[in-house]
Amino acid sequence: MGYMEILIGGIFVNNILLAQFLGNCPFLGTSKKMETAVGMAMAVVFVLVLAGVITWVLYAFFLVPYKLVYMRTIAFILVIASLVQFVEMFLKKSIPALYAGLGIFLPLITTNCAVFGACILNIDKELNFMKTLVQSTAYAVGFGLALILFAGVRERIILARVPKPLQDTSIGLVTAGILSLTFYAFKGMI
Amino acid sequence: MAKTFTQEFTKGLWEEIAPFRLVLGLCPVLGVTTTVENGIGMGLATTFVLVFSNLLVASLRNIIPSKVRIACYIIIIATFVVVIELLMQAFTYPLFLKLGVFIPLIVVNCIVLGRAEAFASKNSISFSIADGLGIGIGFTLSLAALGAVRELIGANNLTLWTTPTSVIGLQEVFGANFEPFAFMVQAPGAFVCLGLMLCGMNLLGSK
Repeated sequence: MGYMEILIGGIFVNNILLAQFLGNCPFLGTSKKMETAVGMAMAVVFVLVLAGVITWVLYAFFLVPYKLVYMRTIAFILVIASLVQFVEMFLKKSIPALYAGLGIFLPLITTNCAVFGACILNIDKELNFMKTLVQSTAYAVGFGLALILFAGVRERIILARVPKPLQDTSIGLVTAGILSLTFYAFKGMI
Repeated sequence: MAKTFTQEFTKGLWEEIAPFRLVLGLCPVLGVTTTVENGIGMGLATTFVLVFSNLLVASLRNIIPSKVRIACYIIIIATFVVVIELLMQAFTYPLFLKLGVFIPLIVVNCIVLGRAEAFASKNSISFSIADGLGIGIGFTLSLAALGAVRELIGANNLTLWTTPTSVIGLQEVFGANFEPFAFMVQAPGAFVCLGLMLCGMNLLGSK
């Protein structure tokens, strides 16, 4: 697999939200307003790439040599939780503008399955270091793209007259289905 | 308001049925429900983790300092996820392969952490187990229901369990001439199907 293939595959074809179903809670939760969607998308791009690289290093240089592969779930979740905490403190101190922009979305990322799932998928696919970096970036960009597109659609739905039982999450899911169908069309690309 | 053991159990089956009422833990709901079997397997694995993490959180609720409680809960949950991961690898390997990444993902399933934080940390051990069982079985039932709809329309089958030698379930439910609507078992169908089921639940509930 070439780098370009991984990049396009990760952003469009195997989009982490719409094709792999990871990170759907924030997808539905933060997409009602464009502002929150942008904040969440930025936070995820930032943390997912970092987490992908760090968990790969941890797995290759610590868990495999010491035969602790079965502890991967616990190790990864701890690394992601502390990474989020660390990133939060670092940003607060050195880049306050970005910290203010990301706001409450940073701590929420600990339980975002897109981040954790992407790390696990990278390991399962047995990618090397550079490919892990490209794959994580592609997943992160795909997440941001889908979330922001979806938020744009959802802002319009609020103005539309939706039948009562279909309102809110229900129509949101149907819309996500249609968006997913659009992404499905990229399948021919690779 | 004192509630009985049964009430704590049954509220998870309808009043607070997890994916529909609380709209939490959607990733496995959408990701694995291409067949009934996957739905049931995923639901039971989640129930296992829910019951045992609720049990442990409830019994340690007076010891865990409140400042680091979330971290403690995550470690407790992750431990049981590893347990179920290894158990499934040993005893139901084909199912383990089919569920794939969604088994370790139980760690970040909002339902499990949500119940630990909202219920088990404040209630006694027996109530917490009842709550875990109720929510878990409710979750399993909703996964199985969504899986049944998707598999029936999308593949014309209804698989309850696969053993190495045979398949328990119904084949070609609508007859051999029925052309399966493959859209339902693919990614977009999951969203649309769950959305319409939610709409149905709202219709029933609003009466």
